[in-house]
Amino acid sequence: MSKEPVAVVGIGQTKHVAARRDVSLAGLVREAATRALDDARLTWADIDAVVIGKAPDFFEGVMMPELYLADALGAVGKPMLRVHTAGSVGGSTALVAANLIAARVHGTVLTLAFEKQSESNAMWGLSLPVPFQQPLLAGAGGFFAPHIRAYMRRSGAPDTVGSVVAYKDRRNALKNPYAHLHEPDITLEKVQASPMLWDPVRYSETCPSSDGACAMILTDRAGAARAPHPPAWVHGGAMRSEPTLFAGKDFVSPQAGKDCAADVYRQARITDPRREIDAVEMYVPFSWYEPMWLENLGFAAEGEGWKLTESGVTELDGDLPVNPSGGVLSTNPIGASGMIRFAEAALQVRGQAGEHQVDGARRALGHAYGGGAQFFSMWLVGAEPPPG
Amino acid sequence: MPEVLSAPLVVEFPFTRSLGPVQSAFLTGLRERTVLGVKTAGGGVLVPPVEYDPVTAEELRELVEVAPTGTVTTWAWNPSPRRYQPLRTPFAWVLVRLDGADTALLHALDAPGPDAVRTGLRVRVRWAAERTGAITDIACFEPYDSEDSGPAAPHDGRFADPVTGIVAPARLDYTYSPGRAPTDYINALAGRRTVGERCPSCRKVYVPPRGACPTCGIATAERVEVGPRGTVTTFCIVNIKARNLDIEVPYVYAHIALDGADLALHGRIGGIPYDQVRMGLRVEPVWTEGGRYPDHYRPTGEPDADYDAYKELI
Amino acid sequence: MPGTPGKPGARDIAVVAFAQSPHRRRTDELSEVEMLMPVLHEVLGRTGLRTSDIGFTCSGSSDYLAGRAFSFTMALDGVGAWPPISESHVEMDGAWALYEAWVKLLTGEADTALVYAYGKSSPGELRDVLTRQLDPYYVAPLWPDSVSLAALQARALIDAGDADEPALAAVAARSRAAAEANPYAQLTGSVPAGDYLVQPLRAGDCPPIGDGAAAVILAAGDTARRLCERPAWICGMDHRIEAHSLGVRDLTDSPSARLAAERAGAFERPVDTAELHAPFTSQEIVLRKALRLGDDVDVNPSGGALAANPVMAAGLIRIGEAAARIHRGASSRALAHATSGPCLQQNLVAVLEGES
Repeated sequence: MSKEPVAVVGIGQTKHVAARRDVSLAGLVREAATRALDDARLTWADIDAVVIGKAPDFFEGVMMPELYLADALGAVGKPMLRVHTAGSVGGSTALVAANLIAARVHGTVLTLAFEKQSESNAMWGLSLPVPFQQPLLAGAGGFFAPHIRAYMRRSGAPDTVGSVVAYKDRRNALKNPYAHLHEPDITLEKVQASPMLWDPVRYSETCPSSDGACAMILTDRAGAARAPHPPAWVHGGAMRSEPTLFAGKDFVSPQAGKDCAADVYRQARITDPRREIDAVEMYVPFSWYEPMWLENLGFAAEGEGWKLTESGVTELDGDLPVNPSGGVLSTNPIGASGMIRFAEAALQVRGQAGEHQVDGARRALGHAYGGGAQFFSMWLVGAEPPPG
Repeated sequence: MPEVLSAPLVVEFPFTRSLGPVQSAFLTGLRERTVLGVKTAGGGVLVPPVEYDPVTAEELRELVEVAPTGTVTTWAWNPSPRRYQPLRTPFAWVLVRLDGADTALLHALDAPGPDAVRTGLRVRVRWAAERTGAITDIACFEPYDSEDSGPAAPHDGRFADPVTGIVAPARLDYTYSPGRAPTDYINALAGRRTVGERCPSCRKVYVPPRGACPTCGIATAERVEVGPRGTVTTFCIVNIKARNLDIEVPYVYAHIALDGADLALHGRIGGIPYDQVRMGLRVEPVWTEGGRYPDHYRPTGEPDADYDAYKELI
Repeated sequence: MPGTPGKPGARDIAVVAFAQSPHRRRTDELSEVEMLMPVLHEVLGRTGLRTSDIGFTCSGSSDYLAGRAFSFTMALDGVGAWPPISESHVEMDGAWALYEAWVKLLTGEADTALVYAYGKSSPGELRDVLTRQLDPYYVAPLWPDSVSLAALQARALIDAGDADEPALAAVAARSRAAAEANPYAQLTGSVPAGDYLVQPLRAGDCPPIGDGAAAVILAAGDTARRLCERPAWICGMDHRIEAHSLGVRDLTDSPSARLAAERAGAFERPVDTAELHAPFTSQEIVLRKALRLGDDVDVNPSGGALAANPVMAAGLIRIGEAAARIHRGASSRALAHATSGPCLQQNLVAVLEGES
């Protein structure tokens, strides 16, 4: 039995900002959901099920908030699932929703991810004072920075590569009306002059903390035929996990990431991702992760990822644009960040990315990861329906 | 087997919740001793008012005012109030349909005993003396004989100085026990020894031990003392002060593979200028009186470890 | 509804193995992974599969029970996720993890799935912790605890003439008597009704608070037949949610449970067994009515949630217990139910059958 092809026919985001003080949690998710419905020209009655994701409940201080959000998302009388796979959750949530269609359990599904980080403090939520444990010695960047140093050592990348990524993503964000950080005066010099927080990570190379939500409407072939705008078709999707910490773990290029990408490429019949993929939305919370993921995802050989970045290949007008939306470096409502990657990839192949559209994008990769670089979720979307 | 460790874990945070238009009007109304509801397209009145119709999912914005009197639709007698609940003395939880409303509001009812409460009881709001724009501005309900005061009246929902957000403090008290393997590890630290556990299958030594080999998915039990010396595998220089940490910046936060361990643990490097720390540096722990963990690690003076010797541990 | 599972074309998927921990009030000596790991070993052992043979893994748990963010990441240590595995997690009862895994198998992307769930209620005050599930603006600030909310529902049921206190006590007595045959149960035998915790609910009407874990293996088609002598085939499964606020719901009814049962095909033929996730005696009465279960149906032969209610695992255990009964040949068609949220807000129903 073959799977039902899955199409993305509606996408909605909130304007991501540091604090959305004008809306409740319900109001925030609702805004993204209604925009997605409007995009698909559908109503609440057309939705068969809702799949929602977010990062830890402690971020907003509501345990299993989907119970309270059911009314706002038109889920009453419908199935509602809540996914939580750490930072990769936005991607995983979309994949769980896609499987409901692929398995022909439902015809049309609303999937949504959000974080309203201003309700509390993410660092508090992540560093609850668990007894007996050694206190965290540094903030979030302190967790990532040593892995970046390891990458630099391993690849021999010049220490300017991180700032090149940050400068590119912040400029791309200027073309994305939903991006959180809009820094019209950004220059490479400003990035390189920003304070060194967790050496080798500078302030301008870190992600912001955002309030935001992202929603997508996924549907089957019949639903896609009725869609008012060109759909994005899912050509492959996968999740992979490995343990948090283990002997032999490669934090620079985790095996789970490689395996996940390989699975997606196999499904999408991609043999040369560098040539066959037109745009990538990857989860880059700290600038250096762009070259690291370029290698992990098979776009560059080991130790060579930074050369793509440095030579401008990943620029918006480059040969392989990475994060045309401005990426996580410009927008980070944690639980939604992965779904934004998936949605932005879909926008590209639908030709609806506006000013940050990559010309002629036919196939795009959405990527998310989380935990101790242990949970990965990815999908590959295309402008054409999958073959067969 | 020795007792496992346990200690209190307090999870407490004052969440700041922005309200949106409908909830803002309702809670501001409570501050002004006015109870608002919201009208659905079908003409029903929901109290408390919500932003989205629970039946049709339509957005709701048409506010109305209902009475502070109403009728109990169901109740439950709570003989031992818990911390943070609205009343300190025994009370009834009630769902109250206020006059003019079609749905019920959950709150507390102050009554002398369960015999004084029944479904159908007429009640009224007892306002809190100090009101800030929160559900607790209703201190509770109290029995009150009155006629149903009839349908809701239109209300524009506007008040001077509206409440747009609430601060919702939440504290939960847990007793945390780390389990058997971490207890053994922590107890050994008290003797300034670092004890890991070896996987019976892959033979890797885990420090700190977690009771399971994460790659084999089986229990670890064989205790292995590691260190005290180790190698810095990678690190970063921290230039911003971490919350609640009394460490002068800049300092070096490093991954340290203790000799005999198959993965690195985390520690601070001292006894050397921060800009001279490097991958491969050989270090040893420095303990301070009363510290559970080493205060920091300092150079041993040995030659640096060869990259190939520790690159698998990064 | 397009492409209803269980209709021609869909894959046959079965529960082929189930294991659970002994459920106890406290398990301080065990971390979550230490509690979970023996259960995983047992369930894998029943099929002879290793982690690397499993096509998809999915779990359910809650950070709020643990009091720590990302608590599920360390539980993964017990799985042995190396080489990396295809894996997902729901912040819900494990019954919904099983649902996600079932859908994954329906797509054909995997032939086997490992589903697990665990919950340690002992570290916190469960009645307080669960208040954090409620509307954070209007309800959570009042800290109405789970027993109080269930008591409001029980009172509504009594007022409606659907139950009285002796009827509630009879549910409790029957459940705990049944649990005497369940070596994993936390509370068995003749348990005194006790004082009112929140009137009209007495201690005996409420579930024990405790720690536990459970795991299930799903398999498709011939793989299921190879792994299990008498697989418990999932004929249908569905779940539905209701409005959140108690004040807009009819607490004496469970329309979401009924709808889920209907979509799962539960009403197409009678079942002989029902494992209901009814933590409170009154909720069993609500569910029996909504699910149209007559006196001829063996309800909660395991003792149900009144005998052991490890939060986040108790729903998965209902599916596991129903399946195990089919495996043993003690049932030919069973209904399993899981619930989540205050006063049965969200409900899942699975219908399982053995081949005659």
